[in-house]
Amino acid sequence: MDFPLLTAIVFLPLVGAAIVALLPGARSPLARPLALVVAAAELALVGTMVAEFKTVAGFQFVSQHAWIGAYGISWKVGVDGISLFLVVITAVLFPVAMFGPRATGDQKQFFAWMLLLEAALVGTFLALDLFLFFVLFEITLVPGYFLISGYGGRRRNRAAIKFFLYTFAGSAFLFVAILALVALVAARTGGHESFDLITLARAAGRLPLADQEWIFAGMAAAFAVKMPVAPLHTWMPDAYTEAPTAGSMVLAGLLFKLGTYGILRFGVFLLPHAAIDLAPVLLTLGAVGIIYGAVVAAVQRDLKRLVAYGSLADVGFIVLGLFAFTGQAESGAVVEMVNHGLTTGALFFLVGAVLSRTGTLRISEMGGLQKAAPVLAAVMIAVIMAAVGLPGLNGFVGEFLVLVGTFITHRWWAVVGTTGVVLSAVYLLWAYQRVFQGPARGATETPVGAAAGTVVRDLTWREAAALAPLLAGIVFVGVYPRPLLDRITPSVDHLVAHVQASDPAFAIPAKGRTAHTYAVPADQQVDGPATTAGVQASTGSSASPSAAGAPTP
Amino acid sequence: MTGLPATLAALAAQVVPGSGTTGSATGCTITPARFTGLCTGTNTLHVPVEYRTILPLLVLAIGALALLVVSAVLPKRSRPGVYPLLTLLISAGAAGTAVWEWVDIGDHSPLLAIGHQILYDRFSVLFYLLISVATAFGALLADSYLQREGLDGVEPYVLMLLASTGAMLMVAAAGTIMLFLGLEIMSIALYVMTAYHRRRAASGEGGLKYFLLGSFSSAIFLYGAALAYGATGTTQFDEMASFLARNTILDSGVLLAGMALLIVGLGFKVAAVPFHTWSPDVYQGAPTPFTGYMAAVAKAAGFAGLLRVLLEGFGSEAANWRPAIWLMAVLTLAVGSVLAIVQRDVKRMLAYSSISQAGYVLIGLQADSARGTAGALFYLFTYTFIIAGSFAVVEVVQGQGEARNDIGALRGLARRKPWLGFCMLVFLLAQAGVPFTSGFLAKFSVIVAVVDRGQWYLAVIGMLAAAIAAFFYLRLGLLLYSTPTVDEATEPTDGTLTAGLEPIAGFDGPVPALSGGPGAAAATVPVALEAPADGRIEVPFTVGVTVVVCAVFTIVAGVSSPVLDFAKAATTLF
Repeated sequence: MDFPLLTAIVFLPLVGAAIVALLPGARSPLARPLALVVAAAELALVGTMVAEFKTVAGFQFVSQHAWIGAYGISWKVGVDGISLFLVVITAVLFPVAMFGPRATGDQKQFFAWMLLLEAALVGTFLALDLFLFFVLFEITLVPGYFLISGYGGRRRNRAAIKFFLYTFAGSAFLFVAILALVALVAARTGGHESFDLITLARAAGRLPLADQEWIFAGMAAAFAVKMPVAPLHTWMPDAYTEAPTAGSMVLAGLLFKLGTYGILRFGVFLLPHAAIDLAPVLLTLGAVGIIYGAVVAAVQRDLKRLVAYGSLADVGFIVLGLFAFTGQAESGAVVEMVNHGLTTGALFFLVGAVLSRTGTLRISEMGGLQKAAPVLAAVMIAVIMAAVGLPGLNGFVGEFLVLVGTFITHRWWAVVGTTGVVLSAVYLLWAYQRVFQGPARGATETPVGAAAGTVVRDLTWREAAALAPLLAGIVFVGVYPRPLLDRITPSVDHLVAHVQASDPAFAIPAKGRTAHTYAVPADQQVDGPATTAGVQASTGSSASPSAAGAPTP
Repeated sequence: MTGLPATLAALAAQVVPGSGTTGSATGCTITPARFTGLCTGTNTLHVPVEYRTILPLLVLAIGALALLVVSAVLPKRSRPGVYPLLTLLISAGAAGTAVWEWVDIGDHSPLLAIGHQILYDRFSVLFYLLISVATAFGALLADSYLQREGLDGVEPYVLMLLASTGAMLMVAAAGTIMLFLGLEIMSIALYVMTAYHRRRAASGEGGLKYFLLGSFSSAIFLYGAALAYGATGTTQFDEMASFLARNTILDSGVLLAGMALLIVGLGFKVAAVPFHTWSPDVYQGAPTPFTGYMAAVAKAAGFAGLLRVLLEGFGSEAANWRPAIWLMAVLTLAVGSVLAIVQRDVKRMLAYSSISQAGYVLIGLQADSARGTAGALFYLFTYTFIIAGSFAVVEVVQGQGEARNDIGALRGLARRKPWLGFCMLVFLLAQAGVPFTSGFLAKFSVIVAVVDRGQWYLAVIGMLAAAIAAFFYLRLGLLLYSTPTVDEATEPTDGTLTAGLEPIAGFDGPVPALSGGPGAAAATVPVALEAPADGRIEVPFTVGVTVVVCAVFTIVAGVSSPVLDFAKAATTLF
């Protein structure tokens, strides 16, 4: 079967966005159903991908076409265990975000931007060409910018420009780092430039270590802004707070996975030795982020800002897991990325629901909401428990794996991280207490801007239906994470082995080593003999019938 | 007039390659199409003129004269659309001949033609094409503008064609003398075009400024050419290069001074910092369609001259001029990006924006490599479309008499005219360097060239300048998609939108001493962020076509590589 599944997954929302944008003005009520149909079709395509995915390491469904030949740039997409569930969570969260919250403003443009964002995000997760990755990484800013500036809160313009410029400035370093890597590798391998991930990974390890470290630092700077880690995060609370509910869901739930995913896929995979050398910096930033995010979240007066700062702490966990370089920690970090999409998406949704009921997000103006809206309160506490890391829900799986894995190689960072679990319970439960419990008062009795006597409604059916998949995901991952881990682990183990092999001096205690051996397809054997840049039988060992291994040199 | 067909027939006979006679086989071959170096000494009186090498120039120059004749024959103001139509046809003809030349060079080979004065290579031809396209856009935009302003007449079109002729001469020049001739032909026409709006004081002021400073820069250029001649004994680029390759100059003061003065003279034409001060005033004062034309053509021709002089003439002196260009590039990027932020006048803002764009071309030049040159060419070629489209939109929203040049005039454009707003957004994003526009590939192509040379710092500076510049492009993009009226309740005008919009002494507005007219008055008016009271926007057909063509090109050139390949093919000589 030569159906280019991944290319279709990238282009379907793009085509949908174009169709929605070109709807005649009189037909703009059609925008929402049309966008939902496109998103559902996208979900079906992604479901096909998951069903056909083989539990091996290496990239599957790879397809490659020359794009800008003069510079060795090609359209190359592929999926492995690390990106698989990020694509899935993207495909799940978008329909929820488009279906659930009531949208205001120009519907047509809103859904067009949303679909465009979905296409760009999915493409970024699937890209196996550094140039392709970079352009998609950058282009996500445009729809994100217009979602914030067009549909956000009072200070949306400022937030939107901040959001765009911070990432754009960070990308300057990423861009130069990528070009430098390509140029240096080309100089070593005889002048043939290639932006292909696998080709570069084969040769990058042989560059002088100082060059590797500079390039890694450049990438880390860009991704650190995007994640964001502690000192570079100042754009984030504004952007997530001012964005409309649907926007916050996808921005917080998905967009900043680009940072963590990017550093794993491109930073760590391409330059493992430099990653080991610079890991202490990033581990420290991650640990600082966990504590700082939690503490700052605890003192927020605005519920949405609180959730936003909470995300900062979650990112700290992911960073911790990524740079511990053990199988458990990496798997945990990938699971945590997926979890964070589910949990944060649901949290922002619920916060949006609270805002639409009370008209305010100031914690001090609310109280006793659970009497008026018991179902909303119940869902809220379930999601909060997931975020806190209650065993049986998804948050526990990720955090546990991260902490166990980190403890093996970086004990004290893990200790600091563990306190973060406690702190997250503090700020979330405290906020819940103040908003939902106690006697009804303030905006809960009389919503801001509403006539006296207006009662606060409970969760509507539509909202419940939108939340259902997220809650199901939260419980499913918490109770039975095996389907995820089975698919994630081979790729992660391979990556960890690759990292450990790059620096013999990096000793990892026996417990951290992985006991499994997996068949590694040819195109992932980056340490093996260099073959041509073309993709040869991307899933060689599994002989997947659906692998679109197009050998275009 | 009766002799014209015969002349044309004679011309055609010479134009067609291979139709000439081949001389004796003694090594001296004299044909109209070939003029080999062996004959230099003996044929000073018989310089064969290969007309095919300057076909686009001929088309434009003859077209300009023909246009004058037509205007004399036609009754006054009988057909307002006839001049732009003819101009359009003439530029199309020039573009067509340029395409033919591109193919012809592929079939034969580059050539040093017409007594070693004209370089007939793909580099020239790509610029011929660029200039023809810019002229066509200029004619399309000028039509509705001149009618709106009541300035109809044949003169601007003739001037524009002559300016294009001069620009083409610059890009094809094989020596400093021919370069200077082209420079003057182009500049004098541009001075007049800038001052063409008789009833706008700013226009006359801009023209005068341009003329005074332009004359100085021409003089400086000429002095530089003289010093370079003193140092190398020639005005020809190829002879300069071979002289410098064969001889070691012990005392290089004269040579370096000549080189520096040439850089200054051309740096003025491309508005590189610190020779940029004329450009905001001139861009603001000139009639809008001519601003767009000037931004594309004068810049392209100036850069073509710089590339020729530095890469061909002084290629062996790269160690001396590269640091200078490095510094100019960094200054240009910084000043252009930062000062654009504080502008309230769209045309001024675009002027500073085009200054900062010039910085990227300088980066490409500074790389001193085939790839850097290809990047610079691609940058200039794609920028032509971006800037023509941007000024087309400005022309539409500014209204009669250029009444609304403040950035508030763009407010809510995307709600009033969605497609126009979207096209403007494309141009803004392209200038900011957002992927999937030609602007991104252009930045990529110059940055990749300096990264190849190991100049990481310059690459990072370039990209960070893009991030700074993105701020004001985004602010405009925000205005495009805002509601037409300011709603204080939902959008406090506290920070971003008005930040830096206060006038800054010395940087903002025309200098009061010179302009006692509308310019000075406008500088004191508080920021008007409201859209024009009547929300109706009439888009003339010609302007609409220009905008759409430019936007489509900007996207197409941004997602596919053919234009990049053309730019690469145009650098074969280097």
